[in-house]
Amino acid sequence: MTDTPALRHIPDRLDKPLSSAIFSWEALLVVVAVAIFVVNSFASPYFLDPWSLSDLTFNFTEKALIALAMALLIISGEIDLSVAAIIALASTMMGMAVQAGAGTPVLVLIGIAVGLGCGAFNGLLVTRLGLPSIVVTIGTMSLFRGIAFIVLGDQAYKGYPASFAFFGQGYVWWVVSFELALFLVAAVIYWFVLHRTSFGRRVFAIGNNPVAAQFSGVRVDRIKFILFCLTGLMSGIAAVLITSRLGSTRPSIAQGYELEAITMVVLGGVSILGGAGSILGVVLAAFIMGLVTFGLGLLNVPGIVMSIFIGLLLIIVIALPIVWRRLRGGRFA
Amino acid sequence: MKNFLKYREIWLLAAIAMLIGLISTRFPGFANPGNLRQVFNDTSILMILALGQMVVILTRSIDLSMAANLCFTGMVVAMLNAAHPAIPIPLLIVIALLVGLVLGAINGLLVWRLNIPSIVVTLGTLTIYRGATFVISGGAWVNADQMSADFINFQRAAFLGIPVLSWIALLVIALFFLVMTRTALGRSVYAIGVNPTASVYAGIDVGRTKFIVFCISGMIGGLAGYLWISRYVIASVEVANGYELNIIAACVIGGISIAGGIGSVGGAVLGALFLGIISNALPVINISPFWQMAISGSAIILAVVLNARGERRQGRIILRKAEAA
Repeated sequence: MTDTPALRHIPDRLDKPLSSAIFSWEALLVVVAVAIFVVNSFASPYFLDPWSLSDLTFNFTEKALIALAMALLIISGEIDLSVAAIIALASTMMGMAVQAGAGTPVLVLIGIAVGLGCGAFNGLLVTRLGLPSIVVTIGTMSLFRGIAFIVLGDQAYKGYPASFAFFGQGYVWWVVSFELALFLVAAVIYWFVLHRTSFGRRVFAIGNNPVAAQFSGVRVDRIKFILFCLTGLMSGIAAVLITSRLGSTRPSIAQGYELEAITMVVLGGVSILGGAGSILGVVLAAFIMGLVTFGLGLLNVPGIVMSIFIGLLLIIVIALPIVWRRLRGGRFA
Repeated sequence: MKNFLKYREIWLLAAIAMLIGLISTRFPGFANPGNLRQVFNDTSILMILALGQMVVILTRSIDLSMAANLCFTGMVVAMLNAAHPAIPIPLLIVIALLVGLVLGAINGLLVWRLNIPSIVVTLGTLTIYRGATFVISGGAWVNADQMSADFINFQRAAFLGIPVLSWIALLVIALFFLVMTRTALGRSVYAIGVNPTASVYAGIDVGRTKFIVFCISGMIGGLAGYLWISRYVIASVEVANGYELNIIAACVIGGISIAGGIGSVGGAVLGALFLGIISNALPVINISPFWQMAISGSAIILAVVLNARGERRQGRIILRKAEAA
């Protein structure tokens, strides 16, 4: 064997056969979404109204904004359970600023800055001290919301300026709310970052094998730190939206949002073990959760019963492909 | 390694002693035996729950559904008691254990048979179990006046000067200690946590053991359900909302590694006691109870930082052994 092998062309990405697109996770989610949509429109005459559908989006945009950043974080193999607590703290700080007479631009800035700061704090603890993120963020979750409780106790902040209401209640065009528009723009940005930039490739690389990524010259800690900051930033933005929508701040604000955001991410096909997932899936999952809760709401199903459907949906959608593969002969099982 | 584990618990014990000492400077009555017995009794339920969670975490899994299980099972026994006050309490406790076992087995089956990560499974069942509580109760509460006197007073009765609730906690602690240190199941749990692949080669059925572990945490959740409802004498959908994270916090403070394989019964008990002392002490030293959340959050972070050092040291020792061999 003296002749050198011919230069092989190595493609940037593998050609995807059509069948894999049809059987992809996103396709499954589209089917589920369409099915729920159809069932909803038959079940309630009020469903297929543009304003109804617009109201529907308020159910999930705030959580979905966080889910976008959380998706990247989970793909990189970390998790942030403190996002709802960050909302509480950021909202409390905005409330304090209102008491001090701050105007709308300052309020928005404070909300976003507090979110970013909290995210950076999580990021520093995880990357600098090498701590497991699930435990760190359980701790900071208590800490951040705890500070909100210390400041507010059983009180509430009110009296946000009228112009501040736009972010959570305003419409950009016809039935398209500011929240929905912001979510769609953010989704496109996150899609681009994750699927079309080297930063996104590095996030996947870290999730699949952090040690190999490190030896390949990826600055693992720095990227993880940025992802924690991003998640904090999105939580800060969500805090601005929800505070504006509700017009008041209580320390118990956004309770349980962290689990709903993570449910969206997992339902969207992101592997909880890291290394796989797509923004399209997360966006679809957000719409599915919005459709389910809103459709059931129109049928007068109480919120707590809806959570049963969300829980079932999460487990069934994840279990289905596994069961299906087993039934087909267990090649991948 | 044994010495090292001992060191960790002694260290935690010292921290608790210091905490009690600190509180005593503000409120001298805190450290007397009667009050400490009261603190132990108040913390009993958290200790039991932390032990159940510990076994799960040791196998590199997590059970987020324990508080929802507690809420559901508590509602079941409360409604049973309200409808049929004649059912004796020991039988109700058995029912609570069985209901909890079923809920835990559902988690376990999904983890074992379908290989879905436990955090996803229990995130799903957490919302399902709590929603199911609403469905069976129709959103109604079961109040103290609907519960029989036996139902409420069983755990308050004193035996040898100690309430039954504390005895149950002591019994559970002893049981867990025996299982974790003296049985094959206990050894398997640790083995899976330290190295799941090696455990398979050692002949341990990893999936089945995880199933058993979730059954255990389910039964504990069920038991805690009865104890919680009869202690706070109200059953509603909101019972123990968000408490799953307190349980995990107790484990983390107790030095149980979230990465699996490291942790002990003593650690879980002390971790729960640490949180219990803080929540008991704040009112008596005139600190607003609203501080509790931030303080336990700081305690968790501090505990992880300190535990991480210990774990890293242990990791190096394993490596050196491997190199020598």
